[in-house]
Amino acid sequence: MKIVVAIKQVPARDSLLRAEGSWIQEADLTWEINEPDAYALESALQLREKNGGEVIALCAGPERATTTIREALAKGADRAIHIADDGVDKLDTLGIARVLAKAVESEKPDLVLTGLQSDDLGYGQTGVVLAELLGYAHSTIIMSVEVEGSGIRVKRELEGGWYQNIALPMPAVLTIQSGSSKLRYATLMGIKKAKSKEVRTLSLSDLGVSADPVARISRVYLPHKSKSTQMLEGSPKEQAAKLVEKLRFEVRAL
Amino acid sequence: MSILVVMEQSGGQFHRMSFETLAAAQAMASTLELPVYAAVLGRGIEKLASDVAAYQLQHVYALDGAALAQYTPDAYVPAVQSLVQRTGAQYVLFPHTYQVRDFAPRVATRFGTVLLSDVVEVRCSGKGGRPVFVRQLFQGKLNADVEFTGAGPYFASVQAGAYRADQLVPSADAAVVEIVAPEVDAASIRSKSEAPFRESARALDLTSAELIVSVGRGIREKENISMVEALASAMGAELAASRPICDNGWLPMERQVGSSGQTVSPKVYMAIGISGAIQHLVGMKGAKTIIAINKDPEAPIFEVADYGIVGDLFDVVPALTEEVRRVKGL
Repeated sequence: MKIVVAIKQVPARDSLLRAEGSWIQEADLTWEINEPDAYALESALQLREKNGGEVIALCAGPERATTTIREALAKGADRAIHIADDGVDKLDTLGIARVLAKAVESEKPDLVLTGLQSDDLGYGQTGVVLAELLGYAHSTIIMSVEVEGSGIRVKRELEGGWYQNIALPMPAVLTIQSGSSKLRYATLMGIKKAKSKEVRTLSLSDLGVSADPVARISRVYLPHKSKSTQMLEGSPKEQAAKLVEKLRFEVRAL
Repeated sequence: MSILVVMEQSGGQFHRMSFETLAAAQAMASTLELPVYAAVLGRGIEKLASDVAAYQLQHVYALDGAALAQYTPDAYVPAVQSLVQRTGAQYVLFPHTYQVRDFAPRVATRFGTVLLSDVVEVRCSGKGGRPVFVRQLFQGKLNADVEFTGAGPYFASVQAGAYRADQLVPSADAAVVEIVAPEVDAASIRSKSEAPFRESARALDLTSAELIVSVGRGIREKENISMVEALASAMGAELAASRPICDNGWLPMERQVGSSGQTVSPKVYMAIGISGAIQHLVGMKGAKTIIAINKDPEAPIFEVADYGIVGDLFDVVPALTEEVRRVKGL
């Protein structure tokens, strides 16, 4: 079974973000794998352990994404494709999906896994668009995957605590939900092995994709507050006393 | 030119967000001076379509056919695609539901464009103007104004709670309902869906709780949950959690609040160490009073909070428990 996992590098979860023009200040950020993509990688590695085959990490991003790719290899991906091009940042979701589709096409995988959304842009559609471009079946917000005959059976999350099992043929694209399994750590041996694993580097012109964006961000800014919040200041003890007073005399809940 | 709203229903019941999306379309229509069309997909849906026709809009399309009886992306994508072509809609709006996330991006791709998903506001400057779609970035920490550059059609999905269904404008004359046989080839449906199920019978109903104390990632370790539990018990509140806590098995799934858990509207909701990702907010922003305790002053949870405490929860929570016990004479 051949599985491609599309991963993205995003600013670390607890980063202090500063809006600047139509994006954010990137200079002092630390970067990490998009959390849902880490779960997609985990699912791929578990599928390979059970069914055999190969896991290929696929990442479009500038030079810095190399650390995220190395980490995926250290966790157990067999090899990687890095679409290393500063132009990647200027593409919209459709452009990114076109680039990824080109790279996937030449691999002819059985499955393409990716996280259900990115923690930065949060469009939640790269996987679905990729499926359309490749002509593959797809399913989204997936909790678990089982191989069944020549196809797969997935557990899809619905809203409000409901789930549904769906049978799909392969090849297919699945978007994986966060928290669907326990993430593994890279072992020392894994980190050592990763150094000798193949990383194929491609540029946008190698792939012949030059997509003009169909949507563009004109401004990024701090959201307006929908409520006026009373901030309670002081030492923890003082804050606690103030809050209890509010709860008793304003909210009348204690 | 028109605005087409693709309503979502299952089992003869509209998803409540369908009406919020219709309200968004009406708001856009009044500025852009465009007619609103609505579409319902399924089988045996005349009744639903005529319910929608009671609102101020131009036309209701009922895409009624056996291939649409049960949701599959392979049936919904061509059905919506051909409707967009047929109506020549300039704007196509969806509620941002799990189902829409599953099929709408494929529809947009077929028109060579993207879906602007999870939109919180559409700003229109007037007739003929180019609308600005407001989206959240970084789990709600920042907002972005996004504009389409091409010729359209433009696809967007509207976030839960962004527009109010109770502001829908009714109409004295019912709109025309047109029943359309969807152009879907049953043989093209590749997936087979089984009946939806729940993991376990839900024993705990948080929806009737008056007071809820809820805990998130900020608690760091399973062992620390008892600290929040002590506060909840002193207050006489139910204990709840955000998704990561339940995913880790630190609290049972039945205590999860958010889009994949329960939707609550208690008198008081106290969010402790919860940053306030939208998936959590949709489950609790209906609470009468929201209290946020978080070390990050820019956490999105403060945007919906009535009272906020910026501080280390490991200092604030024990102090709070002690104070609650003192005033209650416990």
